[in-house]
Formats: sequence, C-alpha cells, structure tokens
Amino acid sequence: MRRFLFTYTLAVLPWLACAAPAKADTAGFSSHVQPLSSGEDVYRHVCQSCHMPDARGAMGAGAQFPALAGNPKLQSGAYPVYVILNGFGGMPWFAGVLDDTQIANVVNYVRTHFGNHYTDAVTPADVAAQHPAVIPQEE
Amino acid sequence: MTNAHPRTVPTRRQLLTRIGILAGSGALYQAMTAMGHAQGTDFTAPPVLSGVKPGTRVLVLGAGLAGMLSAYELRKAGYHVQVLEFQNRSGGRNISLRGGDTVTELGGATQKVGFAPGNYINPGPWRIPYHHQGLLHYCREFGVALEPFIELNHNTWLHSSEAFGGRPVRYRELSADFNGFTAELLAKAIDQHRLDDAVSAEEREYLRTAMQEWGRLDAGLSYGKGALSSGMRGYDRAPGGGPDGAPTFSTPFARKDVMRSGLWTWLAFHQRMDMQTTMFQPVGGMDMIGKGFNRQVHDLITLNCKVTAIHQDDRGVRVTYNDMGHGGVVREAQADYCVCTIPLPVLSQLDVQVGAALRAAIMAVPYVSSVKMGLEFRRRFWEEDEQIYGGISFTDQQINQISYPSNGFFSRGPGVLLGGYMFGPAAYDFAGMTPAERLEHALAQGEVLHPKQYRKEFSNGVSFAWSRVPWSLGCCSMWNEQARKTHYKALCAMDNRVVLAGEHASYVGCWQEGAILSALAAITQLHKRAQGVG
Repeated sequence: MRRFLFTYTLAVLPWLACAAPAKADTAGFSSHVQPLSSGEDVYRHVCQSCHMPDARGAMGAGAQFPALAGNPKLQSGAYPVYVILNGFGGMPWFAGVLDDTQIANVVNYVRTHFGNHYTDAVTPADVAAQHPAVIPQEE
Repeated sequence: MTNAHPRTVPTRRQLLTRIGILAGSGALYQAMTAMGHAQGTDFTAPPVLSGVKPGTRVLVLGAGLAGMLSAYELRKAGYHVQVLEFQNRSGGRNISLRGGDTVTELGGATQKVGFAPGNYINPGPWRIPYHHQGLLHYCREFGVALEPFIELNHNTWLHSSEAFGGRPVRYRELSADFNGFTAELLAKAIDQHRLDDAVSAEEREYLRTAMQEWGRLDAGLSYGKGALSSGMRGYDRAPGGGPDGAPTFSTPFARKDVMRSGLWTWLAFHQRMDMQTTMFQPVGGMDMIGKGFNRQVHDLITLNCKVTAIHQDDRGVRVTYNDMGHGGVVREAQADYCVCTIPLPVLSQLDVQVGAALRAAIMAVPYVSSVKMGLEFRRRFWEEDEQIYGGISFTDQQINQISYPSNGFFSRGPGVLLGGYMFGPAAYDFAGMTPAERLEHALAQGEVLHPKQYRKEFSNGVSFAWSRVPWSLGCCSMWNEQARKTHYKALCAMDNRVVLAGEHASYVGCWQEGAILSALAAITQLHKRAQGVG
C-alpha cells in the first residue's frame, strides 16, 4: 500500500509518487524525493534512520538496531543484499523500493566504510540474482 | 484496506470507477460491501468469560491499550493479573506531548517540548473512525470524553510542486473543478451517444441528470464560470449585503491542469471508510484514552520492567526481566498464562520459548517508519487569516500534510498544528536527521503552503521519529499478502500458554481498534485454554 517510490518518482509522472493509498491511521503516502544514486546518499537518507549516522546501531528495550560498523556478517556481500531485499525481523523489505543499483551501491558503501574494509564489490546483477520470487506489496 | 488507488495512469475504466466512488454510487457501495471492504470492525460486545478457576494467574506484558484491556477484562472475569511495562508510563503508543515533556530517542537526541499550557500534539494515533466500535465502547465505559476530529475541510490547501505553478489551491476549488469537468465529459459522451454500447437508454437519462447535478453543469451540459460553479468552488468576490453586495464569480482552472495535477487523489482519500466522517478525538489529547484505561488497572501494572525472556512449560510461564527501577536487577515473574503485547521488532529479539510457527510469524512482520512534527505558532493564523478550522492540507513535499487542530477554535494565543506526517522515504529521511534539521525542513516545506505566516509566527516544535523509539523500534506492523497467508494465523494462535495481542495481531493494523480487537480475541482464546476447551 504505502509504496516507497525512490525509482518511480522521477521516472513516471511525479504525482504518482503520492498516489499510493494509505492504510490505517496513516496518510501513508510516499512523498516526492530526490533520486538517491550514490551508496552514501542511500545510507544517509534511508539506513541511518535506524542504524545511526555512525553505523553503530542503537540499543532499545532489550532489543537493538544492529551495528553495521565492524559487523562480521558483512563479510559476504550476499548477506546484506539478502537482508535489504527481504527485510529481517523488524526491518522492512526494500525489494521494489530501492533498485538494484541503489542496493549494490549502499552495500558497497557500508562494506568499505565505518571500519569495514571489504574489497569485493557487489554489482547490480548480483542483487538481481537474489530477488525474491514475489516482490512483497504492503497491504 | 484494499488498494483503492491505481498505481499507473488510470485507464478509462478506472477513471469511471473513481467517478463512481466520488459520486457515491450505490452500486459501487454494494459491490464493496459484498467484498467486505466497506464494513466496520467486527466488535459487538466484550466477551463474557465465566467460570474462571480461582487463583489462575495471567501475566500481561506491555501496558499499552491491548495490555491494559486484557488486564481489565481478565481481572473482571476473576483471573489474578499482573502487568509488566518497560516504560515509566503506561499507554504505549497512545501518547500525547505537552509543554515540559521530554522526548529522548535512540541515538541520544533529546527534545524538551516547549508548548504553551493546554496545547499538545499526538505523535501516535490521533483520530478515531466512528466504526471503531470496540475502542469507542471502552472510551464510553471508562469515561473518556470525545469530540469531533475534523478530517475533511473544503477550505484547506492542496499542493503539488508540479501543478498550478507550484501554488497551493483550495480543496473546494480542485474538488468542484474535478467533479465538474468529469461530469461534463461523461454527460456529453452520453448525449453524443458515445456510451450507448455500455449504458441503456433509461440509465443514460438518469446518468446524464446525475452528472448535471453533481458537476453543477449548465443547460448545455458545460462546466464553467458562473453561479453554479462558484457556489461550489468559491467566488472572486464573495456575496455581500447592501447595494454593492453582488458577488463576482471565480474562473475554474483549466481542465487539463486539474486532471494533470494528481491532486484528485486527495478527494478520494477522505472517502475511504477509515477516514469518513464522523471521526473523533479525545478531549485534551489522545493519551486521555490511555489514562482512562490506566485508571482501571493501574494497581496491576509494574513500570520500568525490561523483559528479556519468556519461557513456558506444562506447569506455567516464567518471564525474566530487569527491574530498571532498582538498578536493573534480574527478576522473574510466574503465571499460568501470558498475554504478550510487546511490539514485534522488540519481541523478535528476545529469548522467547514458543513453537516454530509462532517464532517465524514474530520474525515476519516488520514495522513501518513514521515521523510526526508538532509545531506551535504564536497565533492561529490558519483560522484568523485563512478561515481554516481543522482539517488537513496536503502537499507532495516530504512533510506530506499539515493538519490544523480540531479543538480550541477561535481561541487567541498560540496553537499547535501537525506540521508533517510521514511514511516511507520521507520518514526514513527525517528520522535520520537531527531534531533541529527536521524542524528546519518542516518549516521550509510548510512555508510553501503558508508563505506569509509560517516563519513569522513559528514559536517552537517537536519531532517524533517512531523508528527511534526504544520500546517499539518502529511505528506499527507492516503486513504483506504473503506474510498474511503464511503467518497471520500462527501469530494470533495461542502457543501453549502464551498468546500475542496488539495491533499487529489484527486486520485493523496501525489503528488502536486493532489493539482492542486483538486483545479481546487473545483473552477469549486464553480463557478457553484455561477452561480446557481451547
């Protein structure tokens, strides 16, 4: 229902970005956003809302937003690609929200910043290969 | 809860469908009802839980509406109830912010609310549909006073950066012109026999007359400048008294600009059942509901308990928690059964001993990100200068909307409006900013709708980023069709001695009614289990 139209926003008629329906006590209309092309852009405008600007995550009520800084799970680029596409626990899925290039860029950004020094970059094709069979649509 | 909006450029058929909705077509309404889309929630009356075995203990985790209602009904039925709450307050996401309150979010940013006495913002739920009869029932039972919430106001602004030169237009102007031009097209198509294949002769007559009335068309079936259209969209010079009282008619926008603007999406928005009049809000702030519930069960609630583990076996449930009021000392609570209302992003990370199906369901439901902005202005300029009394202005900028207070009309002195209500990318973006940055962006965008007053009259503001709330890690549940099919029943089914409640365990997600209905369903299951019949 609420569609996060990073990619559609400028590609189609601009107002379609705000034409998605709302659910519940929301006016859950996605808004007009600038295209986010670089990995850093995506990180700053999307990821850091939970994982924090320094990528150290945060501790809540006996639960956390995991740190990406120094996180050994980033060793394989395929893992963060999977989590971004499918979501994980409280984290929403971004398949159909971020495009393959945006996902590859942000994975590469995170894996080469915040104390991470992985040199094997993932490509948009790598992301495409991991697409879920059905892109989830929020109700 | 269905997708009532086209995702692509509307086809002719979709456009006709939309017209049907706007026109309030009885046939469409019946079709929707038949599909179950236009019904209220299924609340009828609280469950009657009789024959409770004395001494049966229930532990409720979380003192939001679902937890407090579970506690209330279970105690009434004869259960021995204890409630553990993480925060130093009850109410959960039912919350209001007033002057002097402090908001501390994950990441450490702290804001002190600077509103004048009597002013407030509801960072969570803020409106109640008339058909949320479960919540309304308990408001009445617990003495929570309600007043109208103004959802639809024809005098608010609609704004698109891409339409009408980026200038906001009044809802009534856009509404009158969209209806008028649409009616004209349809009426003329009928008149010119373009729809003879689809519409019988008799129906054509009715439809043409309906379009003429609905769209304020003249005898020639045209929509244009004149008394008919100005009576809907407003005048250049309003009707007055005395010798010079004659009005001057306003000129409708160009049809292509109206159609191209996309702003018609906001006409349909208010017509969804969730947003239909009459809507309500508690007098004095949404948290009056939480306080009303708290009055019933406050003696059962222990605050500052950080649950870390939920274990169960054939004999009972054991919950481990840190007593944060006493230096975080580890304690254990025991009971025969447990109602767990902990938000799923938190629960999914705790040590919870449940079966694989429930475990998978808990992991399968992420929470949406949402940000709200509460802005206080020195005077109610929207009323004094623009005659806007409640309601919502919409914009395609990130803030998405500005909602004007539904209470305190015509009062002097400072007023608080909702200066932004965001989901999706805008919410991620705003949540990632510092509170000062959020305020600056909200002012810069709000200024587009109220250029003369927004900066000048601004006094102070607060932002609330739900993805940075330590006890929920998000706003509310985000279901998709696959997850519903695979996990919903498992999420709601009692797992040995543990049952979940909260808006996430309902089809009324993200509404307080979902919390109410899920709690009633949960305690009904629990009672059956305790009676040995479930």
